[in-house]
Amino acid sequence: MTLFTELAILVLAAFVGFEVISKVPTTLHTPLMSQTNAIHGIVMLGGLIVLGYADDGLEYVIGTIAVAFGAINIVGGFMVTDRMLGMFSKKPKPKAEDK
Amino acid sequence: MTLLAVLKPGGDAATALYIVAFSLFIIGLKKGTHPTSAKQGNMVAAAGMAVAVATTLLLDGMGNWGLIIIGLGVGSAVGFVASVRVQMTEMPQMVALYNGVGGGAVALIAWSELRHGISLGGDIPLEELIPTLLAAVIGSVSFWGSNVAFAKLQDLIPTRPLSVPGQQVVNAVLLIGIVAACVNIAVNNGDPSEALFIGILIAAALLGNLVVLPIGGADMPVVISLLNAFTGLSAAAAGFALDNVALIVAGTIVGSSGTILTMEMATAMNRSVANILFAGFGGAPAGGGGGPTEERPHTSIGAQDAAIKLAYADTVVFVPGYGLAVAQAQHAVKEVADQLEKRGVTVGYAIHPVAGRMPGHMNVLLAEADVPYEQLREMEEINPELPRTDVAVVIGANDVTNPAAKNDPDSPIAGMPIIEVSEAGEVIVIKRSLSPGFAGIDNDLFYESNTSMLFDDAKKAAADIAAEIEQL
Repeated sequence: MTLFTELAILVLAAFVGFEVISKVPTTLHTPLMSQTNAIHGIVMLGGLIVLGYADDGLEYVIGTIAVAFGAINIVGGFMVTDRMLGMFSKKPKPKAEDK
Repeated sequence: MTLLAVLKPGGDAATALYIVAFSLFIIGLKKGTHPTSAKQGNMVAAAGMAVAVATTLLLDGMGNWGLIIIGLGVGSAVGFVASVRVQMTEMPQMVALYNGVGGGAVALIAWSELRHGISLGGDIPLEELIPTLLAAVIGSVSFWGSNVAFAKLQDLIPTRPLSVPGQQVVNAVLLIGIVAACVNIAVNNGDPSEALFIGILIAAALLGNLVVLPIGGADMPVVISLLNAFTGLSAAAAGFALDNVALIVAGTIVGSSGTILTMEMATAMNRSVANILFAGFGGAPAGGGGGPTEERPHTSIGAQDAAIKLAYADTVVFVPGYGLAVAQAQHAVKEVADQLEKRGVTVGYAIHPVAGRMPGHMNVLLAEADVPYEQLREMEEINPELPRTDVAVVIGANDVTNPAAKNDPDSPIAGMPIIEVSEAGEVIVIKRSLSPGFAGIDNDLFYESNTSMLFDDAKKAAADIAAEIEQL
């Protein structure tokens, strides 16, 4: 891909990001921040690529740490978001008294 | 050992799968903006991530499988255990930590990419080198800044603002040094100095520490959100360096949506991002000499947020006051209560002896709106229950909820019995402004961390909330 094709993608993606997150209720700020946080765990792909094609000692070390960091970001990020959003699922009401 | 290699890097199949992945991210985020679909949205985004990771693992020429498995295994295990163990109250610092490791990963990738470029010999193309440098700087700032934010929220270091004398000058010098070193590397792209690159990583690390240290604990969520956007941008930069479209799109979306989110959070706290970053406060008003008239940070929300808080609570207590009587809001409040009861929320009304300025006044008003008598609770009866209440809604009441009556012996209302709403999980105060109540004194309740202010006329606000709950 040429540099300018990539820049075009960058600009469009920036607008998508702005549009998607507009007028969010405050209650959802923290879960959404956490979800976007998990999404930038995409950097693990970079870690996989540099490690997958690495061919010297230091690069092995750097790459492995980068992959591990990325995996923490992804797994932890999505799971914590899921736990936070658990509070929005309606809890069953145990008692059957009148309303 | 290329056991999985089936996709050509940058080839049609790999790119098509990356497009599927980032489409799922966008759908996931969109669903994440509404409370009923947010949980599902997170799953959709996670599925997108699974597609992206699987695609990358299938790229032709990938090797070092042992190390990849170690990295994936250790990282996944740490992330899993940490997120299962963390307490709900500790979520913000957990997000800070995950954000930090993301930034750290970017900085390391940039370093590895630079070494790779040097080892190939010849000039490193600038369209690869410049994004690599950007990724290194932003990633390193984000890693260290997030770690400081984590340490502050976890009480490992003092949460109060810490600043070094001449702070701004030191930061400026560091920034100039980083830019100069980057220019040097870019100009000498035929033989860039790896030592200088490591120097950049270290200077950026210092900068990350120095920028976040002076910020108080109360502002930390906004800072984490900002660093989150930074990490997204650094991921996009790494995407340019590696020619990877998934990184570019996902990183940029996080960068821009994170920026918007940061600004919305700051607005909800009545602060500006610049104010938070550079003013160096954000805990309690410094020195403790906060006069009652000065502008203090508080959280302000709209009817929709209030509706969400209420609809997903188990128990809600309304604390009506004179403002409700003046606005004739009792019917509208009853409407909110009816909506909540339909959803299975337990509703009660806490009646202060002097609510409405006349003993029994409030009971009458509420009875007129057909509020069942058993829901009207006396102050002495409701106070012990407030710690178990999810949300207390203060409507047009002020002095009768002022914690100063209990905590400040010098207050004009010292010793007055109050409804201890600050004991509840969350407090929503519906009021037209922050102005003092009948007693003419500021109400500390408005500035507590679990209090949200909804500035509106009581009747209109209640009607809006009822309408919002109905739509949930």
